[in-house]
Amino acid sequence: MTAGRSFLNRMNRPDDFRWANLFTPGIFLAVTFLIVMIPLERSGWNVTSTVNFLAFFGTFVAIFAIFSLGLNVHWGYTGILNFGVMAFFLVGANTAAIITKSPPNSDVVRYVGGFGDKLDFIPYVASDQWLPFVFGLMGAALLCGVLAFLLSIPALRLREDYLAIATIGIAELLRRITIEERGLVNGTGGLTGIPRPLADLVDPSDYTFVILGISVVILVFLYLAIERGIRSPWGRVLRAVREDELTTAASGKHVFSFKSQSFVFGAMVMGVGGALYGFANSTVSPSTFTHFFGTFIIWAMLIVGGSGNNKGAILGAYVVWGFWTITSLLKGYPLPEFLDLRIFFVRDFLIGVLIVTALLLRPQGLLPEVKRVSLWVDRKARQLQKDSPQSAKTTSPPDPP
Amino acid sequence: MARFTQSLRADERAARLLRSAGEFASGPGIWIAIIGLGAWAAIDRTDAFVVGIVSGSVLALGALGLTLFFGVFRFAHFAHGDSMMLSAYIAFFALTGVVFGERSDTELLPWSLNDLPGATDPLPWLVGGELSFGYGLLLAMIPAAGFIIAVFLVLEKLVYGPLRRRGSSVVIFAIASLGIAIAMRSVMLMFWGPSPRFYVPGIRPTTDLPFDVRVVTDQTFIFLAAVSLAALVYLMLYRTKLGKAMRAISDNADLARVSGIDAGRITSWTWIVGGGLVASAGVLLALQAQLQPRLGFVILLPLFAATILGGIGKPHGALVGGMIVGITQEVAVTLGFISPGYKFSVAFVLLIIILLLRPRGLFGDSDQ
Repeated sequence: MTAGRSFLNRMNRPDDFRWANLFTPGIFLAVTFLIVMIPLERSGWNVTSTVNFLAFFGTFVAIFAIFSLGLNVHWGYTGILNFGVMAFFLVGANTAAIITKSPPNSDVVRYVGGFGDKLDFIPYVASDQWLPFVFGLMGAALLCGVLAFLLSIPALRLREDYLAIATIGIAELLRRITIEERGLVNGTGGLTGIPRPLADLVDPSDYTFVILGISVVILVFLYLAIERGIRSPWGRVLRAVREDELTTAASGKHVFSFKSQSFVFGAMVMGVGGALYGFANSTVSPSTFTHFFGTFIIWAMLIVGGSGNNKGAILGAYVVWGFWTITSLLKGYPLPEFLDLRIFFVRDFLIGVLIVTALLLRPQGLLPEVKRVSLWVDRKARQLQKDSPQSAKTTSPPDPP
Repeated sequence: MARFTQSLRADERAARLLRSAGEFASGPGIWIAIIGLGAWAAIDRTDAFVVGIVSGSVLALGALGLTLFFGVFRFAHFAHGDSMMLSAYIAFFALTGVVFGERSDTELLPWSLNDLPGATDPLPWLVGGELSFGYGLLLAMIPAAGFIIAVFLVLEKLVYGPLRRRGSSVVIFAIASLGIAIAMRSVMLMFWGPSPRFYVPGIRPTTDLPFDVRVVTDQTFIFLAAVSLAALVYLMLYRTKLGKAMRAISDNADLARVSGIDAGRITSWTWIVGGGLVASAGVLLALQAQLQPRLGFVILLPLFAATILGGIGKPHGALVGGMIVGITQEVAVTLGFISPGYKFSVAFVLLIIILLLRPRGLFGDSDQ
């Protein structure tokens, strides 16, 4: 957990106590309290069902955190204004679904692919339980990467606000294609019964914990990979591109190429998120891939959490998805009629307000971006601290969660 | 030596040829294509062409507001489509006083414009018989415009103003306006639900125009109303001092400020004029299509396509752009190989083509 605690940053951090420092932990604890207490109360203090619910909740937090990390690569680190996250969500989820599903067996349901049955060719290790899903995840990431590469050629040459418009258009176009081309992914009906990875490992009622484990492991892997990438010279160029393209170009870096790489990388991360969403939800349909659910909510996560900070992106996913879940749990309580009928629309309204409020009052997000110079500075700093333990003690700040 | 410089190598010659082809395609080529395809559509697909002109005029009115905001505030107003739809709903509310309730709609207001004597009687119209709506709808545009202007001014005070003072980049404005668009759409859903609504239920009267074209009578009204409103705004921009100041800020904000133009006053006035445009475009859009919260975001792409096609900050560009996008959308789905579901995606493809060939738009300044 050394990420984001560079030596230079410690130098900048004030040691005195400020109430504002409690803001982020406060939000975290409030969301955690509500997300644990409300289901407990609703289920009549039944711990088992609450734990199951929390595992389900955690799965979706992990999946949306992956989207949020992908968007963080685009927007947080490279400054690519991608308003079309839904495009990669959609492509990832549908690709993984058609790779892992069996071929269609009726005339009513039509889709391409369906390789699931053929992808268990490694004998004796129950490869039908995991191999199709590995192919599904890889296929989703690969197709999203190829798509992002093709899109980047025209789109990334555009001005930043034009790029935002273009990405919305791409997402909308892809969504239309899945609806209009009925034979591709079964049109408006969508794909149901997507197989679940490692389904035979446990009892079906405990499956939530398996998919939670898979999602968290992939999230951690992607988090480490992105952290590593961002702290490398490559990541430094990305951040330079974000700050000033002209200066970066003047320093001899091919700005377009770096933006393109970042776009492809982020899109692949989002594709993995989409694939996991398909596995966890076992259904994907065009009604899932709205601009609101596929793009805006992920933007809200990143803006609230803190763009340019991977931990912030994950925390934002937790807070926003927690807020999302809590409001739908409120539906169980007796509410005034006006609110009871409109609780989901009020929730959507608050997501919009949340984005604007965060931009106005806390543009840096819950966990602000930390200044990073280089891996070597961190290593040197650690070495220096080892040499002089006193200084390390005096300057160690309380850890944010 | 001279011989070498004069006779180019083959690849250089090819590159030069390609460049001049690109220059032709992005210069006169575009105009030739537009006029040629437009003439073909008018002759061969007259019905779709006429419908395209009608929806194009609504788009043009919306794009006029968008280009005004783009020019004066220098950011992409992503809440434009949703503001249009929201004001259309406010007009609906003023007209009927209805919000959605548990099982059926409930009337929230004790009195609404439809209760005025004769407000729902169909208006007589110049072309053909009668329109589908009464004078109540025209009156309802006033509260709609008033509401959306108030919303814009409050947002300027609370959101855009502080962001501008902080020196935020265009992207921050884009994200903020996107958040506002989400909030606006949710407000529409909160009060009127997701299912489509109409100002006047039932079948609409039609009219026969020359050249065997049959249109809904309302559409002729929409066209004339949009064109006259656009003309009004055009006069305002080019014949009044206020319009001159707006154009000055749009051309060069710093220079305008140095010349003694009160930027704060112009900002308010731009929101007011833009709000009026948004409200009228919204009501006409709802009259042409329907009232549906989703439509606000769907219409955004054609609006941006029209704005960018015409050139940012150019009012006449927005008009021509709106017409081109509207006609292309309608004609493209009659070609056979594009299914009607792709209607709004046509605008997007058009947008990408124009961004690649001529990013400054048809009427844009060459340095933009």
